[in-house]
Amino acid sequence: MSVTFLGMPADRPFPRNAARAVRDSQLRFNLRKATRTIRARRASVVAEAPDWAELREAGRAIKEHTLRNLDRYLVQLEEAVTAAGGHVHWAAGAAEANRIVAGLVKATGETEVVKVKSMATQEIGLNEALLEQGITAYETDLAELIVQLGDDRPSHIVVPAIHRNRAEIREIFAEHMSGWGRPAPEDLTDEPAALAEAARLHLRERFLKTKVAISGANFAIAETGTMVVLESEGNGRMCLTLPRTLISVVGIEKVLPSWRDLEVFLQLLPRSSTGERMNPYTSTWTGAAEGQEFHLVLLDNGRTRVLADEVGRQALRCIRCSACLNVCPVYERTGGHAYGSVYPGPIGAILTPQLRGMGSELDRSLPYASSLCGACYEVCPVAIDIPSVLVDLRSRARHPWPERAGMAAAGWVFERHGRLARLQRAGGRLRRLVPRRLPGPLGGWTDTRDLPEVPRESFREWWDRTDGGRR
Amino acid sequence: MSSRDLILARVRRALAGVPDAGITRAYRGPSAAPGEIRLYEERVRDYRAVVHVVDEAGVAGRVARSLAGRGARRIVVPGGFPPRWFAAEGVEAVADDPPLSAADLDAVDGVVTTCAVAIAETGTIVLDTGPGQGRRALTLVPDYHLCVVRAAQIVAAVPDAVARLDPARPLTWISGPSATSDIELNRVEGVHGPRTLEVLIVR
Repeated sequence: MSVTFLGMPADRPFPRNAARAVRDSQLRFNLRKATRTIRARRASVVAEAPDWAELREAGRAIKEHTLRNLDRYLVQLEEAVTAAGGHVHWAAGAAEANRIVAGLVKATGETEVVKVKSMATQEIGLNEALLEQGITAYETDLAELIVQLGDDRPSHIVVPAIHRNRAEIREIFAEHMSGWGRPAPEDLTDEPAALAEAARLHLRERFLKTKVAISGANFAIAETGTMVVLESEGNGRMCLTLPRTLISVVGIEKVLPSWRDLEVFLQLLPRSSTGERMNPYTSTWTGAAEGQEFHLVLLDNGRTRVLADEVGRQALRCIRCSACLNVCPVYERTGGHAYGSVYPGPIGAILTPQLRGMGSELDRSLPYASSLCGACYEVCPVAIDIPSVLVDLRSRARHPWPERAGMAAAGWVFERHGRLARLQRAGGRLRRLVPRRLPGPLGGWTDTRDLPEVPRESFREWWDRTDGGRR
Repeated sequence: MSSRDLILARVRRALAGVPDAGITRAYRGPSAAPGEIRLYEERVRDYRAVVHVVDEAGVAGRVARSLAGRGARRIVVPGGFPPRWFAAEGVEAVADDPPLSAADLDAVDGVVTTCAVAIAETGTIVLDTGPGQGRRALTLVPDYHLCVVRAAQIVAAVPDAVARLDPARPLTWISGPSATSDIELNRVEGVHGPRTLEVLIVR
């Protein structure tokens, strides 16, 4: 299988990206504030649901069952969408998906499209691919707009501009809105309400006149052919209902077997994601609703490779709620860009190397971008055991050479107890010479930890000398 | 080989020999119990929507007062909205027949609708484009949405709503006014959808 494209450069390994991010105190402040707020909110609405554990178990089981019968449900979905007047396209990789979408847009004769926030289209780099074909894609989610205007990259699954504060957003709007359409008002302040109003005015005209829209979907129901999109702002509804042609790019893992399954996921997702009992808007449509032309592009792009992995396939259960990002101590300090993929945080650390393969230094470093504290597993609404997958992936990534050398040396020492005893005696005598920081490449370990003090004598020596404390 | 066949073949290869997994549904499913008006009212208000509880006889008066309070002059009234509920003096009822353009919708002062189902636990209204609700754009482009909910339409929780709704119809689930939390996670009402949502619960 060829290398899967995930829309982002994979040049530097995670520790180097992270080291740069943690030096950015503004970023750390923004992230800390945002993740703490959302964490508290999620905890309170989850505590409110008396059957949360049962919902989580059902969510896990439904997704697991779907994945294990994915071929059957994909064919059923295709039949149902087609029967309802929609068109279904299959894309094995990013390039093919982009080609299909560009072709569909060109067939309408339009050169501008509006977009609902979608991870799948970011993953395949659709906006850039469309631009090469002379088609401009306008992001309409407020956070995506901030990212697009700022020529920036998203850093969070649900709140892509989480790394920006209001002053930065005001600057981006004032400077760049005019290049994309209606300029920001002269007297724009950094009040969130004023910034939201500027976005509303900037985008409204575009919504009213654009004839083609591109979306993703949170869920696709095999039984009925129904697509489901959850959102907050109404930009999703604008894109899904006003344009004449709607193209939805959807990963093959988004399918759910039956209409009834929504009763589980419409409870799990909003509470886990934004910490709300329900998100402001959910739209569902089946085929060509209200006379629209509807195209569904089913995307593989590495997903079947993940599906083949016994331990790792559970990552495909992910419903992109971002709860794992918001509790992760590593994400909270490094932000999303350090992960070098559209999927950041703990889920990104297991999904990206599986989708993309472990060919680059970055992808090999991602399974190590975790303290394995397990908080991500605790909050995951579909119970993805992220720590186990991380450990499994680590076993496949070649460890750094100092670590391998150290482990080989330790193995040699522990092999015979005489070797260990001699080394312990030598250590006890030379204990004053042990440095606080390990030399060379081993220093990375002591940068964040204190080296334990070497005792004067070993336990065995103490036992021999005192007969277990009786002498 | 088409991409369709390629993907399905890859899926089948990946799943060869993998045992199936059962689904247990031990969570609260649909209940026979009706949704509580009090809880629904409280949950809708939590989203900073405006809520009133009225008797059937009081609906028209309440609608009129709400529209007057906003200084509304032109309001979209979808086909099938009970005429007895709309008797606001000095307010023009605009019909969506023939269908209004998006620009026309942008120029009206608001829209009044009924709904298909409402969910007490989450404070949600669901529209299914049935009588009194109109097509999806009607409750989206105007800046003000007044929705009349009959007590019998209020169900307890999400599973009750899913069970009552028809997936063949396009559905819009609305929980409070349009909102964003993208700027430092401060909630701001009204980005692209209606900035004001007003709910009349008919006892």
